[in-house]
Amino acid sequence: MDQLLRTGHQPDPVDSRRPSGLGRFGEYGGRFVPESLVPACEEVERAFAEAWGDPLFRAELNHLLAVYVGRPTPLTPTARLSAELGVNLWLKREDLTHTGSHKINNVLGQALLARRMGKRRLIAETGAGQHGVATATAGALLGMPTTVLMGEKDTERQQLNVFRMKMLGAEVIPVTSGSRTLKDACSEALRHWVTSVDDAYYCLGSAMGPHPYPWMVRQFQRVIGEEARAQCAADLVSGTPDYVVACVGGGSNAAGTFAGFVDTPARLIGVEAAGGAAISAGTTGVLHGFRSKVLQDEHGQISEAHSIAAGLDYPGVGPEHAYLAESGRATYVTVDDVEVLAATHRLARTEGILCALESAHAVAWVIRAAGDGTIPPGSTVMLTLSGRGDKDMATLMELS
Amino acid sequence: MNAVETRARAAKATGRKLLVPYVTGGVTENWTDLLRAAVDAGADAIEIGLPFSDPTLDGPVVQQSSHQALSRGATTRQILDDVSRLGLPVPLIAFTYANLVLHGGADQFCAALADAGVGGLIVPDLPVDEMEPVATAAADTKLDLVLLASPATTPHRRTEIAKRSRGFIYAVSVMATTGEQSQLGQAGQQLVTSLRQATDLPVVLGFGISGPRQAAEACGYADGVAVGSALMRRVLDGAGAAELGDFLGEFRTALDRTTR
Ligand SMILES: Cc1ncc(COP(=O)(O)O)c(C=O)c1O
Repeated sequence: MDQLLRTGHQPDPVDSRRPSGLGRFGEYGGRFVPESLVPACEEVERAFAEAWGDPLFRAELNHLLAVYVGRPTPLTPTARLSAELGVNLWLKREDLTHTGSHKINNVLGQALLARRMGKRRLIAETGAGQHGVATATAGALLGMPTTVLMGEKDTERQQLNVFRMKMLGAEVIPVTSGSRTLKDACSEALRHWVTSVDDAYYCLGSAMGPHPYPWMVRQFQRVIGEEARAQCAADLVSGTPDYVVACVGGGSNAAGTFAGFVDTPARLIGVEAAGGAAISAGTTGVLHGFRSKVLQDEHGQISEAHSIAAGLDYPGVGPEHAYLAESGRATYVTVDDVEVLAATHRLARTEGILCALESAHAVAWVIRAAGDGTIPPGSTVMLTLSGRGDKDMATLMELS
Repeated sequence: MNAVETRARAAKATGRKLLVPYVTGGVTENWTDLLRAAVDAGADAIEIGLPFSDPTLDGPVVQQSSHQALSRGATTRQILDDVSRLGLPVPLIAFTYANLVLHGGADQFCAALADAGVGGLIVPDLPVDEMEPVATAAADTKLDLVLLASPATTPHRRTEIAKRSRGFIYAVSVMATTGEQSQLGQAGQQLVTSLRQATDLPVVLGFGISGPRQAAEACGYADGVAVGSALMRRVLDGAGAAELGDFLGEFRTALDRTTR
């Protein structure tokens, strides 16, 4: 692992605390998968370590991020909302990326990796559909057939994204087992991978799953935090924000954002959906190949999560977040659907930005915390706006 | 040596092929009758599935049977209660996922299994690299922690698995989830052959065995077979203990014929 640390960017404290081999963040993480998948995970781990240390791979990825995704994304000051809240709120605009969310950063990295590994097709799970759309997009770009597993319930809630995936040439398979949502799509994706490891690459959508995925996905997403940190240094009087805020589903946009600030004095705040709050309301468990905080009943059966934002109703959370919470380096809070809707409207009316319901969780917390003094007046807040709200218009139309 | 391994080695020594049926705990009201029927039909050990909400290695049939059991309100505690009253003459092996094992601590979980008279444990999402706390707890309570090996397993891992598995080695015949396969592939035979070079533990082939003829074919090279989906499909379709017993009886006959 030392070698990995030397080849990558500056080692951050989280990285250096990651012990070798089993991919643990403290007691969280690991590789709890069927034996049939262990060699595949090892293969991905080796390939990623090598690719991440290869300047050519990084250059190709960075080139695509620039000319295809539209990076760097801007750091937008919010004049009117900041004035109303009495804090300086800046938005890291992942909503302005191609395909409309941060998911594309990770997916392009993994798709290039898959090609490098000689895999011919991609499989992915998706909840809100943003990861599915990103994977379908990368599949089209690189000429790799793509299969997306999606809970049947989510295919109904996110019809627009299902249609987008199909337009991009992907096959969307509705998952009818269990609660027919993201958690079942994840289980099905792992089962699907067992039968296709030879030619398929599993493009996992968040900083979760068996090692090396939580680590790899964070490394692909750290571009958010690194860009934001440099932009803050250039644009903010203080150089570093007082608060860094991001919504947490599986935790990829938050992990990428935090990675840029973990060695600064900034307070790191992850915002979970009240009905999917694995860190705030969960207990230690093993789900989808990793040990972390999960929502489960007294018998150890996994509970269903609920959120107005399909991307946040996952009953687990990436292991690095469980670790950051336990070590106290980051704080995790929750907001409910009502606050989220209010925040969505307020950001739209004051700043002209219709954000994803997932991202609105982060906005909702800032509004609440500025209002009740949790964030002292005059503080600077850097918030990752993980995606745009187009996919949520049907939900919003229904509710208004 | 614990109960499962004693039994498995004894069978291997006499040339008897192991028949290891799988039954999902709590799948039907009278599910324990299925266990008795399996014993009467000549099972050498029985895998009892402790249903988990999010299985990652089960195909549609076993998933469905677990879902049915959970919908009926089945819990690990209730299933173990049911089992503890049976006093069956063959070793029972719990088959379940890591979260249920680790939920209240591996020590407590293994102790509960042992108290109920269960002799072995299979955790498909607990690879050898992650097994340590469970292996210790199992050893302390005299449970055999059976490890799985797959066609994808590398030689290095195969050696490790062979060294650390207890009871027998569960050889997964195909790169697939549990479920019936129309034909047994080459992969299973190659896997068994290579495991034999690493250990004298009995090797039981599982995944995909759908009928007596296939079972007999598998026992041309393996020490026994595990049969799950083929049984649970019949149970989901309404088969009772008698029907299941008859079906398993055909397996027994076929296996005994390969031996002699
Ligand atoms: C726009 C958007 N933001 C956030 C998330 C949550 O994911 P994560 O916590 O992995 O960033 C999703 C997931 O689908 C999403 O679509």
